[in-house]
Amino acid sequence: MSTPQLDEPWALAPSVALRPEPFGALAYHFGNRKLIFLKRPELVAVVRGLSCADDVRSALVGAGVPEASWPSYLAALEGLAESDMLRRREVRAA
Amino acid sequence: MKLVEHFEHGLDAPICLTWELTYACNLECAHCLSSSGRRDPRELTTEQCEAVIDELQRMQVFYVNIGGGEPTIRPDFWHLLEYAVAHQVGVKFSTNGVRITPERAAFLASTDYVDVQISLDGATAEVNDHVRGPGSFDTALLALRNLRDAGFRDAKISVVCTRHNIGQLDEFQAIADEYAATLRLTRLRPSGRGADVWDELHPLPEQQRELYDWLLAHGDGVLTGDSFFHLAAFGPADGSGALPGLNLCGAGRVVCLIDPVGDVYACPFAIHDQFHAGNLLADGGFKRVWQTSPLFAELRSPQTGGACTKCSHYDACRGGCMAAKFFTGLPLDGPDPECVQGHSELALAGVRTVPAASQDHSKPAPTRNQPVMLQLMTRPLSRPPVGDCAESPLAGFTP
Ligand code: SF4
Ligand code: SF4
Repeated sequence: MSTPQLDEPWALAPSVALRPEPFGALAYHFGNRKLIFLKRPELVAVVRGLSCADDVRSALVGAGVPEASWPSYLAALEGLAESDMLRRREVRAA
Repeated sequence: MKLVEHFEHGLDAPICLTWELTYACNLECAHCLSSSGRRDPRELTTEQCEAVIDELQRMQVFYVNIGGGEPTIRPDFWHLLEYAVAHQVGVKFSTNGVRITPERAAFLASTDYVDVQISLDGATAEVNDHVRGPGSFDTALLALRNLRDAGFRDAKISVVCTRHNIGQLDEFQAIADEYAATLRLTRLRPSGRGADVWDELHPLPEQQRELYDWLLAHGDGVLTGDSFFHLAAFGPADGSGALPGLNLCGAGRVVCLIDPVGDVYACPFAIHDQFHAGNLLADGGFKRVWQTSPLFAELRSPQTGGACTKCSHYDACRGGCMAAKFFTGLPLDGPDPECVQGHSELALAGVRTVPAASQDHSKPAPTRNQPVMLQLMTRPLSRPPVGDCAESPLAGFTP
């Protein structure tokens, strides 16, 4: 199990769906049936932005997350990766 | 805002939705939460069920707990199962096992997104059949064997904890291990026919403690849903003794029930006019009922803890289960009838009116599947019922 790093490309796993909620979103994994609460709209924006960002860093920047908060966001992403909600993407050929 | 506060305000769609597909059942369990037995002639048609699934898909209700009655008795059950899965609505269905043949087990093993939950209320035939009826233990174990042999992974064994089976928790775990299944323990609530047997079946105070200690030691590998958060009051007042699971009453906030005729209730254990939020055929669909029902708005508004607010365990226990209070005739804003701090004992002993059931689908005459305890309990109608909750002041008085 790898941990998302700032300079790596990541994405939502294919069998995961996000459902918007007042507090952020619910992430549901149809494979392992895990349900995880994304408790901040900013985290939802980061997660949604991952698949079209070059790497985690640009997803964080894209969602307007201040650099000082990156460690806590990385920890949240790590939790999601542990439940297979996020997967490391193959780098696209340039 | 903490997540639990968001839950209290309700979500845009439920996360724990139960859908009873039919009130028909081959068994007549003494404690059936939905008083099932006979099919309701107004049961939703196949097309209406498909429309419900379409709507759940649009609402992103990711999975639904299907029950009954015995859902597999519906001729279109397997079709609806496939329909739901094909529409991104995962299914967990509860069954007594009667239709889980080797062929069905093989089919289930080949699907994704389907969970099977076999009901078993005793780790021995003697204890199980006492409440679920003769032969039901063997049926459940055969179903579990068929599932295992077909390669179905991780079936659930669902146990309603009673006075007779609390001492069998280790044996239940051994059965689960034998069938590579996961144990699910739930609370006996006085709902449906459960109201008739609650007094004699609900765990005794020392058994509640035994259950709590067992869950503390083994709870991580066991599913409990929202069954036992009232037991958290056995722990220290700082709430650190909470058990894994949903630690609040989610009725109408994150939990909800659709019944076989499309009536929507706040919770599967609250099938009563008082908790009826609407009907999805008559009131413009499930989403509309979920989002606009006045009952749900009320359940999502700030609740008062009544007599519980003074209790140092309130943050962890939150006064317990609304349905358990309602069906034992206790105030909804006071302690749970099984308050482990003993704060409901006086109220239970005093004068209270147990609400009359608003519906009953039980079979009119007993069949050979009827559990023995019901036959024993059957009393001549000429005399009023006698018990802790006798409804007539003259009960038991023979001049
Ligand atoms: S009423 Fe009881 S069973 Fe229903 S959601 Fe609340 S705590 Fe759970
Ligand atoms: S008094 Fe209320 S909050 Fe305290 S333990 Fe009893 S049911 Fe729970």
